[in-house]
Amino acid sequence: MKLRMLRLLAVVSVPALMFAACGDDDDDDAGSTTTEAPAQESAQGDITVFAAASLTDAFTELGSTFESDNPDASVEFNFGASSALREQILAGAPADVFASANTSNMDQVVDGGAAANPQNFVTNLLEIAVPAGNEAGVTGLDDFANANLLIGLCAEEVPCGEFGREALANAGVTPSIDTNEPDVRSLLTKVEAGDLDAGIVYVTDVMAAGDTVEGVQIPADDNVVATYPIAALTDAANADTADAFVEFVLSDEGQEILQSYGFDAP
Amino acid sequence: MKPRRAGARRATQQRTPWLILPLAAVAVAYVAVPFVALLQRAPWSGLGGLLGRSIVVDALRLSITTAFAATGLAMLLGIPLAWVLARTRFPGRSVARALVLLPMVLPPVVGGAALLFAFGRRGLLGGPVYDATGFLLPFSIWGVVAANTFVAMPFLVLTVESGLRAADTRYEDAAATLGAGRWTIFRRITVPHAGPSIIAGAVLCWARALGEFGATVTFAGNLQGRTQTMPLAVFLALESDRDAAIALSLVLIAVSLAVILPLRDRWLTV
Repeated sequence: MKLRMLRLLAVVSVPALMFAACGDDDDDDAGSTTTEAPAQESAQGDITVFAAASLTDAFTELGSTFESDNPDASVEFNFGASSALREQILAGAPADVFASANTSNMDQVVDGGAAANPQNFVTNLLEIAVPAGNEAGVTGLDDFANANLLIGLCAEEVPCGEFGREALANAGVTPSIDTNEPDVRSLLTKVEAGDLDAGIVYVTDVMAAGDTVEGVQIPADDNVVATYPIAALTDAANADTADAFVEFVLSDEGQEILQSYGFDAP
Repeated sequence: MKPRRAGARRATQQRTPWLILPLAAVAVAYVAVPFVALLQRAPWSGLGGLLGRSIVVDALRLSITTAFAATGLAMLLGIPLAWVLARTRFPGRSVARALVLLPMVLPPVVGGAALLFAFGRRGLLGGPVYDATGFLLPFSIWGVVAANTFVAMPFLVLTVESGLRAADTRYEDAAATLGAGRWTIFRRITVPHAGPSIIAGAVLCWARALGEFGATVTFAGNLQGRTQTMPLAVFLALESDRDAAIALSLVLIAVSLAVILPLRDRWLTV
């Protein structure tokens, strides 16, 4: 709680500092919209990328590849629930790039004047995660109504919770929920440990979890497509490198890395 | 003891080193300024409406009951432990103390995961218990109490242990020569003498339990009315509605002040 409280206080008290510190990076030199990596002009300097928790593994690899392509640049990440990241950005947290797991959080950042021209860079689908072995015999969304099973969802305040409820509504299922987890990774942790019989996560999370978790597909009719937008932030301290990173994510090389983690092209 | 303490207090007031007061003032300001900032951001006009919501009432009730339950459990187990650490010598005592204090340094989320591995449905102890009885700590109010106790008990143990070490053992020796049994001495002499440190420890423990977030959400989950305590409600409210999050934090602050303020001067003079 201490850390969370600190974070709450940081969110509340950071703006004053940030307004004093922010420079005049308002000139919008967003590069071309080609999908080529900027191989010639090497980017430099440090950037901080705020990215949705579900991007943790893929972006970590993207970051190190970007750094080896641009030896003078270094990328740091702050992974978390998109909604929490949105709050931090709107409160003036020192971020250069925002990658959100849904469009509504990005829209709010754009509306707040903190970003412009977001671009969709991947999509993700939902899948049911069950512990390895699937002892409870979960076969689909219908099982989420079974009060005898231990069922977890993401909280409705975060994207995976919003999408999961949408999928359940599509299937006409009223879930018997035992826990609403604050983000997708903590939901996955409980499924991995076998403490939950099933939870709705992203396809990419099931893939990342490896052998500890099995996936049960959600039919396309009920499934929800999560669209991930990315944008360099208007107050980015290092706008050139921020733009270069966004371009790299959209480039063929970046897309290839993302797809190896189970994401789909937008 | 009373007159001597009063005399000592007067003496320190007369000779305050000049550097002490400014540093103390900075310490107070360092803590106070963020709270003032929080108050300044508070949605005062909508406060009534926000606080009447069922989610707030449920979370507040759960937070207060589980914090008291955890403090009770921590006292039941922690006072004997503090006594053992303070008054006995056995090989591995320092290891035992380090172990008990571990939850203070462990990130609470990791503590919660450890609890899950121990007492979860497939946990070291939780697994066999669940198979035999169907009883499950996670996702229940007992899970919240367990997580709170795990994280908060070290504060009580540490405080009571130092209180016991500072206490004058000659009273206990005298009681023993007058024929009092070991249990009577513990109950009638040791515990009353350690009273201030026990109360201080219990207050610290209670406050820590009230604010517990990481271990609770990891071990017990988050469901309104069952496991959603105030800190969890605050965190999730922050995702969608910052005003509500600040309002909830104010309630948490008010409740803790209401309990800690009256105790302060009367009891916490260890």
